[in-house]
Order: sequence, then C-alpha cells, then structure tokens
Amino acid sequence: MKRYSLSSIFTEAFRDNLGWEKAWTKRQPKKEYQIIIVGGGGHGLATAYYLAKNFNMTDIAVIEKGWIGGGNTGRNTTIIRSNYLQESSIGIYEKSRFLYETLSQDLNYNIMFSPRGVLMLCQTEHELRAMKRTSHANRINGVDTKMVAPEEVKEIVPIININGPRFPVLGALWQPRGGTARHDAVAWGYARKCSDFGIDIIEQCEVIGVKKKREKIVALETTKGNIKAKKVCFVAAGHSSVLADLAGFRLPIESVALQALVSEPIKPMIDCVVMANTVHGYLSQSDKGELVIGGGADGYNNYSQRGSFHHIEETVRALVETFPVISRLRQLRQWGGIVDMTGDRSPIISKTPVDGLYINCGWGTGGFKAIPGSGWATAEMIYNERPGKLASPFSIDRFSEGRLIDESAAAAVAH
Amino acid sequence: MSSRLPQEGSRINREKTVDFRFNGKNLKGFYGDTVASALLANNEMFVARSFKYHRPRGLFSAGEEEPNALMGIGEGPSFEPNIRATEVKLRQNMNVASQNHWPSLRFDFLSINNVFSRFFAAGFYYKTFMWPRAAWKYLFEPMIRRASGLGNAPSEYDEEYYEHIYHHTDVLIIGGGLAGITAAKALRDRGLSIMLCEKDCVIGGRYLEDSKIEERDRYKKFHEKSIGILKKSKDISVKLNTTVTGIFDHGFVLAYEENQHSNKASKKALWKIRAKTMILCTGAIERPIVFPDNDLPGIMLAASVRDYMQKYGVLLGDRLVLTTNNDYAYKTVIELKHRGIDIPVVLDARDSSDNPIIKEAEGLGIRILFGKCIGRVEGKRKASAIGICSVNGEGTIEELIPCNAIAVSGGWTPNVNLWSHCGGKLLWDGECGFYKPDPENTPTGREGETNMLALGACAGVFSNYDIQDHVPRKINQLASRLKIKSKRYIETNVFSKESEKKTKPVFALPHGASKDKQKRMYIDFQNDVKVSDLQLAVQEGFENVEHAKRYTTLGMATDQGKTSNINGIHVLSQSLGKPVDKIGHTTFRPPYKPIPLGLIAGQYAKKLFKPVRKTPIDKWNLLNNAIWEPVADWRRAYAYPKGNEGLEETLSREVLSVRKNVGLLDSSTLGKILVKGPDAGRFLDLIYTNMISTLKAGKCRYGLMCNEAGFVFDDGVVARLNDQSFLCHTTSGGADRVYAWLEEWLQTEWHHLKVFIVNLTEQYSQIAVAGPKSRELLQTFKSIDLSAEKLPFMNFIETNIDDIWVRIYRISFSGELSYELAVNSNQAEELWNKLNKVGKKYKLQPYGTEALHILRAEKGFIVVGDETDGTVTPHDLGMEWIVSKKKKDFIGKKAFSLPHLNSSIRKQLVGILTLDTNKVLPDGCHAVEDGKAIGHVTSTYFSPTLKRSIALGLIENGRSRKGSTLEFEISSKESIFAKIVDPNFYDPEGAKQDG
Repeated sequence: MKRYSLSSIFTEAFRDNLGWEKAWTKRQPKKEYQIIIVGGGGHGLATAYYLAKNFNMTDIAVIEKGWIGGGNTGRNTTIIRSNYLQESSIGIYEKSRFLYETLSQDLNYNIMFSPRGVLMLCQTEHELRAMKRTSHANRINGVDTKMVAPEEVKEIVPIININGPRFPVLGALWQPRGGTARHDAVAWGYARKCSDFGIDIIEQCEVIGVKKKREKIVALETTKGNIKAKKVCFVAAGHSSVLADLAGFRLPIESVALQALVSEPIKPMIDCVVMANTVHGYLSQSDKGELVIGGGADGYNNYSQRGSFHHIEETVRALVETFPVISRLRQLRQWGGIVDMTGDRSPIISKTPVDGLYINCGWGTGGFKAIPGSGWATAEMIYNERPGKLASPFSIDRFSEGRLIDESAAAAVAH
Repeated sequence: MSSRLPQEGSRINREKTVDFRFNGKNLKGFYGDTVASALLANNEMFVARSFKYHRPRGLFSAGEEEPNALMGIGEGPSFEPNIRATEVKLRQNMNVASQNHWPSLRFDFLSINNVFSRFFAAGFYYKTFMWPRAAWKYLFEPMIRRASGLGNAPSEYDEEYYEHIYHHTDVLIIGGGLAGITAAKALRDRGLSIMLCEKDCVIGGRYLEDSKIEERDRYKKFHEKSIGILKKSKDISVKLNTTVTGIFDHGFVLAYEENQHSNKASKKALWKIRAKTMILCTGAIERPIVFPDNDLPGIMLAASVRDYMQKYGVLLGDRLVLTTNNDYAYKTVIELKHRGIDIPVVLDARDSSDNPIIKEAEGLGIRILFGKCIGRVEGKRKASAIGICSVNGEGTIEELIPCNAIAVSGGWTPNVNLWSHCGGKLLWDGECGFYKPDPENTPTGREGETNMLALGACAGVFSNYDIQDHVPRKINQLASRLKIKSKRYIETNVFSKESEKKTKPVFALPHGASKDKQKRMYIDFQNDVKVSDLQLAVQEGFENVEHAKRYTTLGMATDQGKTSNINGIHVLSQSLGKPVDKIGHTTFRPPYKPIPLGLIAGQYAKKLFKPVRKTPIDKWNLLNNAIWEPVADWRRAYAYPKGNEGLEETLSREVLSVRKNVGLLDSSTLGKILVKGPDAGRFLDLIYTNMISTLKAGKCRYGLMCNEAGFVFDDGVVARLNDQSFLCHTTSGGADRVYAWLEEWLQTEWHHLKVFIVNLTEQYSQIAVAGPKSRELLQTFKSIDLSAEKLPFMNFIETNIDDIWVRIYRISFSGELSYELAVNSNQAEELWNKLNKVGKKYKLQPYGTEALHILRAEKGFIVVGDETDGTVTPHDLGMEWIVSKKKKDFIGKKAFSLPHLNSSIRKQLVGILTLDTNKVLPDGCHAVEDGKAIGHVTSTYFSPTLKRSIALGLIENGRSRKGSTLEFEISSKESIFAKIVDPNFYDPEGAKQDG
C-alpha cells in the first residue's frame, strides 16, 4: 500500500495524482473464510482491523449490503466522548476515545479527530447533581472531566446564552479531550488498512440466509453466493434484528429513526461540542463550517431512514433558545439513520445462541464514538471465543439476568 | 462589461430608484431588481470567491440554482450570511457584502490556495496533516477552520418574528408554471380544496419569456385569462413567494414563504400542509456544459442571460458566445441579436440540427459551428476570449474569439428533488440525459396509495403545446382514479405546435480533454469540484455515487448540486465505464430550499419556548422574594430569603419552623391523576408494587411504581375517593411521564379493563401545612375537626374552610404532624392567604423546595431521581415491605426474580454521617474501597435540626456495613470519612407524624 505522506502528496501533485492506489481493493467473495464480519460500517471494519492487528488473523471477509460506511457511521453527528457514569460504559468508551487519539497515525489516514472538548450543560438543579455524580465517577475511573461554572461555560462558548430566559445554565461537565472526527474517514481509513492486511472487503453483498449445523454456524447465503466460515460476527446496526431473525434468534432491540441536520457553512462560531440535555439538543461546528445538530429519536419503530419533522423542530427550537445567534442561519440538509435501541440503551457485544456466531449491536444513538473500542473488544471476543474485560458487561444475557447498564441517570436523553 | 439596457425589464420600475451598498460602494438599482440584477446593472461581474480555492466567481444564473453569488445581507441583528443574490429583492439602503475573502474581494490572501491547487486535489486532507500528532489540534485544524465556512456568523440576537401556519388541502399543486396553472384550472369546480404554491412572486413560469414576438400578445391574453380564473375560483388558493421545501410521510409538506418588501425586512412563514394529493409541477433547471475554465465571471446559463435581459433589462455583455447542445438555447442568441448585440459565434456540440430555430439564427447572421465547443477561456477575473475546439478532440484550440460574455446550455434537468423526498423513484432517460420521475414508483401516502403526480417539465415534458395537451388528460385520469366529481376538462391549446427541440446529452467537453484541462473543468462551482477530482475519486475506489460525493464534496454545497448533480453523475459514469443508470444518484433530502433555523423554531421561541408553568400561588411567591427552581416545566419556590439572610440561614429558619412550629409549602405541582372505573383497583394493582385495590374509601396509601425491569419509576400517595375513583399523586417532574405510562399500558396491554384516567394536576392546587402546630392552626377554622380520632394518619376528609372547598389529607413528607390541603386551583391563592394570616399566631413560615428536601432527608424519605436513577429496586431502598407478595402480577414483578436483582452485591440505601459533623459531603461523591468506587452519595445536606451534616447514599452491601466507616473521595487529593447508619435520622419511631 502506498503510504500517505507529505512527500507522496508532493510527488503525486506533479504527475496528475496518477499514482494513487485504490483506498481498498474491491473483492469478490472467496468460497470460505475463517471469519466473516457482516456489516462494513465503522464497527465492522474496526473489528476486522483489530483481529488482524492484535491477533494476526487475516483470513477475514467484511461483507456489506450497500457501500462502506453508508449506515450510521456516515450519518451521525461525529461526537466523541467518554464522560459516562457507569464503570462498564466508561471502560469501553474511554478505551475508544483513547484509540481515537492516535487513530490517524495508526491507520495512516487523517480521520481528523479533534479534541476540542465536549461540554454537557446542566440546566436544572437535578441535572447539576447528576452531572456532579458523573464527574466523580469519571475521576475515579480515570476519565479527565471536570465541572465548570456558568462563567467558564460562557468563556468556552461565547455564543451561548447562559442566563436563560427559560433554563439558565447552572454549570456543565467539561471533557477537554472529547471532540469530533471526520466520520466517513473513519470507515475509509479502517477499510484501507484492512485491505492492506489482506482482508477482503466485499460491497453490495447482502446476507439472505444463515446456514447452521447442529446450532453451529457453517456458512452465510448472500446475494453473491454462499460463503463458508468458521466464525461470523453480525455488526449491522439498524438491521441487527433482521440478521438475528435469519440466524433464528431474537434480540431485545427496537429500530427507530434518529435524525440530524447541518446548517449552511459559516465562519467559525463555536469550537467545542455542546450537549444540552434539558432542552434536548446538541451542536458542534464541522471543519467545513457547518453547524452539526442532533436531537432525539423518533417515538416509533421504522426502517425508512426518514424521520418526522417535529423532532427536527424541537431540536432546533432548543438550540435557538440556547444559542440565539444561530437563528438566522439556515438548515441545509437533514437526514436520518436507523438506530438499534436496547432496553437499557447500552450496547450488546456478545456470543449468541448459535455457536460460532457473535454479535455487536445496540449502540443506540451513540455508536460513532465507540468505534475503535468496540472493534477492539469484539475482535478480542471473536479470537478468544469469549468476551474479554471490556466486552463482558455487555453480553446479551444481561437482559435475562437483570444486569442492566443504565446511563439514564447521567443523561436525560438517550445517549 | 455588463450593463443596463435603456428600456425593457418586465419586473422593474424605472421610475423608482433604489440605493444600496455593495462592499462599501454606493450603487443604484431599480425597484423590482434582485440584488443580482442590480449588481450586473452596475457592471459588478466578479462578486464572489469560491469555497476551496477562493477563485473569482460571477453570477451564474438568475434563480435558486445559483452556486456562486452568495452574499452577506443586512446589518446587526438582521444580518444574514450566504444569501443567494438571485433570490433577494433589492431594498432601499440595503447593505450587501461578498464573502469568503480577506482582506477584500479583489485581493484575497487565500487565493493562494488556487496557486497551490495541484496539491489540494480531492481528499488530500485525508492523506496529510498527521505529523506531528499534536499539530493537528494546535496548527492544522485551527488553520483549516479559519479558512472554512462561507459567510460570517451573525453576532447579534435575531429580532424577527417567525410563524408556523397549518393548512389542510385535498390537492397541493407545487409550482405555478404552465403545468401548475393548467392543473389548477382542470381541478376546479370538483368540490376539492386546491392550493397552489409558487416560489416566485408571479405565476407563469417561462412561457411568456419563451414566446416569440409574434406569439407574445396571444400568450399574454391567455396568461391574464388564466390568472383571472385562478383568482375567481373559490376552491383554489394561490400562495406566491412560497417554496415547497420538503415532503414527508403521509402527505406532510413543508413550504417556506418569504415575502420581501421593498422597504422593510422580509416576512417569513413556515407552512405545514397536509395534502391528500400532490401535483408536482416544479419545472426544470438549466444545466451547464462543463468545459475548461468554465468558472470565470462572465459565464452564465443561457436562459438566465435572457431572464436578466427580459425581466430586468440587464445585459451580461455586448459580445456574447453561446456554447450549447440543444435547440432551445438559440432563443437567447436570437433575442440578443434582435437587440443588436454582437454574437460572434455559437458553438453547438451536436453534428447538426434541422430545427427551424437554427435557420432563424443563421438568418440573423449568426455564425454557427457544429461539432465544436469551448477549449479554453481567456481572462483572469473575467472572460475575455474563448478558444474554439472540436468536441471530439483533446481540446486543441482552432480559433480564438474575443468576447465578454459566454452563455452556456447543456439542456434542462427536471426538478425532481421533491419526488424523491418521500420515496418516489427516478428513471434515467438516456436520450435526453436526465433523471425523471418513475410513474410506476411514486411517493405514497398513509395507505400505500400513490399521492403524487408529476406534470410538465419536471416529468420530462418540455414544450408548452405538449404540456397544455397532456396536463388536462392526466388530471382527468387522476380524477377518475380518485373517484372525484368527474367532469372532463378540455382546454383549447393556445400554444403553437413547435417542431421538437432536441438535446444531445453531452456533459463535459471536449471529450478527450487532457489532464491539464480536466483540472480546470468545474462541475460543482461552490465547492470547487472538478472533472479531475471525480476521476481521482474513482481511481482511488470511491466508485459508489455516495462515496464519490462524500470524497469530493460534489453537490454538498448550499446549492445542493442543482446545476452539478447530473454532470457529476455523468463524469462518474464515464470514468467508471459504466452506464449512467447503473451509477444511480445520491438521495435528495429536505430541505429543497434552506430554511432559517429561527423559522423552524417558529413562534414557540423566547417566552413561548417551553412556557413556564406557574402555580396559582406563584404571584405570592414572587412578591415574597422567592428564589426559583425549575422542576420539569414548572417554576417552584426554592426558598424565601428574608432581609439580609444568607441562603443557609434561610434554609435553617424554614426547616426549624416546620420542626418547631408550623410551615407552609406550595406543593401544587404535585402530579394528580384520577383513575376511575369499575376496574380502577385492578388496574392500579398492576401498576403499583403494593396492593391498592384493598384501600378503603377515605384512606390514603403510599405507593411505588416500578418499570418492567424492576426499577423504581415513580412514587406518591394514592387516595381512594370512592368505590370507583382513585386519585394518584405522582412526583412533580413525573406527572406527565406517569400519565403517559398509564395510558400506554391501558391502551396497549390492558385495554379490556374498564378504566378512564385523567390528569388533574392543574385542577387542584395543594398546600402543605406541616409542623407540630399544624393541627392547632387549622382548627382555628371552626368548621373542621382534625382530632386524631376524626382524621388519623393516612386518611383524608373533604370539608370547607370558610367557603372554600378543601380535601385535607393527613400525610407527611417531613416526619412532622402534617396536613396537605387540596383546593380548586382558582381558590388556592385565597386559601394560602388565609392560612398565612391565621398562621402568624403560630409563627408560621412558608418554606420552599430545598427545605422540603432537607426535611425529608432528615427523615430518610426517598426522592425519585435522587435516591433512584433507573437502576434501583425497592429492595435496594430497604422498601421490600411495599412489594406485594400476594399479587399475581404487577409491572416489575417478573424482574424481581432475575438473578442480578437478587445479587448479594447490590447497592443499598443507607444513611451517612460524616465523622467531622461540620463537613457536608459534596453531591454525587463516591465511597471508595481499595481504589474502587463502591457507591455514591444521593442526597447530602447540613441538617439544621440535628445541627450536623447528614447524607443518604447507595452503597454496595450498605446494610451490612452499618457501623463501619467509609472513605468518600471528594477530589483526587481529599477524602471525607463517614459512618454508615440507618437512613432515618429524625424521630425514627415516627411518633411525631403519627401524633
């Protein structure tokens, strides 16, 4: 693989860029693989990457129904943070954030992780108390966050309205090492490196059946023919339950549309990510200059990737209240993604009732930030055939044991 | 040089001049001008810089598709960035400024990007800026961010009033061109409500501008007659200046109305329309041919050149070259030639054309070269000459022709975005080279029925004659399909039948353009995406149209690719060697026209944003110096400081008055849900963990609700009013949530139960009278007997205080003898005042929510949301007594048998007493053992009663730790040590509240 560097850019600039190779090789499926990852989004590609990098496994195919990164990896608001309340969540999200810090260098692909900070506002006494608890939990678990006073909030985000009129800002939880990254680049960067490791990335290849022998997985039926595999992992957020159904088991998951929008690009007006949970909206500004805005998920299950407008309306209203100067900016684009919602809004990284079949799903509305950590933990589970320390709290049997990991105390919104 | 013609201009009034400023220059335009036409009239051809390379750009169109001329308009609170000059009417003293340059438009420092553009190919930033690692955060990204964005962000608060308007209609016609007008006429008098939305300030589309001189009078007559019909028809409402911008599920439509006035700010409204049937008549947008150096100022879409001339009397240049692939574009040069403008040459990419319009042009002396196109444009900031080359070669220049304007036309692209918003599929028309609506795969309504019909140019039918011919037919078919009052509509076609105008689908020319030329062939002007960028994307494997779009940013600018989409797809198809219909297209998403965020928020902003809910006693609270606390959407009195008291003194005074004398609390926000019906008891037994159905009328019982996972969800006192009615009290913040929860269970699971529920939270106000002297105080009202025999603990009576009806509950959330008085909200203030007046004798003090919290914490009573966080069971709280063992089922019961809920290491509610009695534990701090957190503080206060700090907390195995001392880490350096005790610090026997 041709390395990306200043000198290669320089050389290519003088030969019409004709020397650049395909970022990842387009492959047709072989008859058989050691491992098949179903789903070519961030989590799936990261899983394949860490299988290769950490465990030298390369007889792997990543198969994708559409195009790489076309699901929620390419549809989110790109927030990366690990200021969670519960220890298990902190474990995986902080691992993830930590991996993000050096991901550009690891992948030799600039995924533009920019730790410009994440600010979670407290706008009621109750929220303030809950956030203080989170900050204590963060400190004890080694996550760098702190509570900041309203005046500091104003200093970090000059365009914010801290005096209400409706919900004055009483303080905020500040994670200086949180931030955003370029979402598409994360998928492309992983894909490129996977391809370099010899992993086959197969797009336009949909799974239409699962072949089992005595409750052990043997092959997948796909639109590109049958592919045998010793181990299979489903990493297909939005359609996890559809795949589980093909494999003959059910998941405690509901699929709902989550929407986001961007404004027209303007010169920089806000540097960090602000999440306002009481009024329900979050905002950051991309390197292109667009305000990236997200809010709540739809209240009913569907697969249409279109959401209802009143959610956009509520989100925008909340943000115009918090940042009045944005009201004359215009919404450029809106879109929706289908998110897996579990009962406790925490993910599932687990073995399944089918031997040799693993699953990674249920990231709800916050999967992007978890991509590297999730891939890391899932790879470890597939290789060792049992979940490791990061993944084990998230096994599927927690729902039948009552061992839920509920973050709702930390965030009034689904996180 | 662009200029104003001495006459002509259907939209302007030459008698009224309008003064405006552009980049500090004082200029003049006419009433009716757009900012764009006024700029052109003043010879401002170079008006913008592009996003990436900061290249000089001029006006490219006359409409909503404009990619280049984005302006910052207005000043102060009404300043708006990124406004298309082509869409804004000129106003007196308007301040217009170009954007994305420093220090000025002509001398822009960042135009250096253009010089180094060879290094800045598509996606270059993914390949660099990685070393050293810290440089991204501290050097590269700040640099990129500074350069990014287009206009400046507004810096002041917006004062505009935005409005949402709701409308229901049987038929919504989108677009008021010939197709839309004809459709409206054909649908009238059938008993339907019809709404027609037109984005422009007039209806009529292009047919008047397109008519030949000899036809014009006939068409005008037709036009006026049509307008007359639309005006007269009571079933048709026409909305001008209204762009339909989004189509959603079930025929929900968003339309953006912007009425621009000449002397004041525009007025904006967002229409939310429910339409049973939509008729799409959105016409088409002219698309350019991509050729080398095609982005220079002075190059414009051919029809736009004509629009500026006919509508505003503005001429792009007096020596104009046309490059085209179709017959229609000749109208422009013919019109110009008629006005004596020099047309040195027309370059037609086709081999020939037999359309009479060619003869007409030749007859006027215009030189036409077939098989030719532009191979180069000379000029730095403005086109000054073109080089002619052959369409099939690599672009060798055969002849150089000086000119000062270039019109370009690559045919027309049906405007199909809205068709796609809600599921309609598109078909590739290879002959014409565009996507059009697939009549077999339409957008669908609630029942899966077709709810949109595309007519006219947006459906690929371009000639006026054909439109007037096919629209009535289609409408008649629609009417019979929908079984609407059928009345065949026939209209005499006034339009001349024209010979077919042909377009050869060519997109980027010359076909064999060299690498060097491809780097100067712009597809997406705003984002500077060139042919070479798309080729690089394909070379690097970004072959899928979505990948190519994201890698190159094609079509992602504020014009959403209106002029670039089709050309981009075609270049992609050529680079891949795949037919276009195999490439597909990116998803069109709302909004079609960007909507201001303030308008999306609508009138429910500022004071109407989540309106503050106030209790009937709010006025008194306000007058008595209350500090406010938001609780859900309510505001509650947090405390009532007096004089120079510090907050601690206030709280201490309020708490002690309850403990010693009597206190008065406005607890009106408490949720009150009436559950009524023969099965009410059965229903509540399923909802609460404890038994409710056995409660006797006149009695109260504290109840706890869990969710399905067995975790505490809400709590409160249930009072049985009579055999079939229960009044369930909820937490203040939980009232709406609990109400929705009850409804959900009732409607989805237990719909067989005969139960009605209604939320009475605001019907009753509630006043707590708490403290040892509360009975005495209330008994001063002679009418009532509150002796312990008459009204024991957990009972209620209904009576009158003077003439005010009250329901008095004897319940306590403070551990004192206490009564809560429910009263009809309209009499709450009166009762409150009475109690205050009488209370003076007993040293009554009103107390706020914080004192309430201290009082209950002293008593060890939980607050849902503090002691619980969605992971806490009744058992964790030491409240197993409230979980019925007798009931067969209730929400949460199943979960209580799950292993983890019975695990030995669960966190349990305990009391916490700091060893240093003056040190109050901080909110939410954690107990640590061997470096691991083993629990946290849920409520922590200084207790004025006990004169020491107290806290409640959830600690792993807490109950077995009683008596032991734990370390609470309050920062990385400091800890507080505290003893674990029973969570009831005050009057553990409960003698006081029972007394």
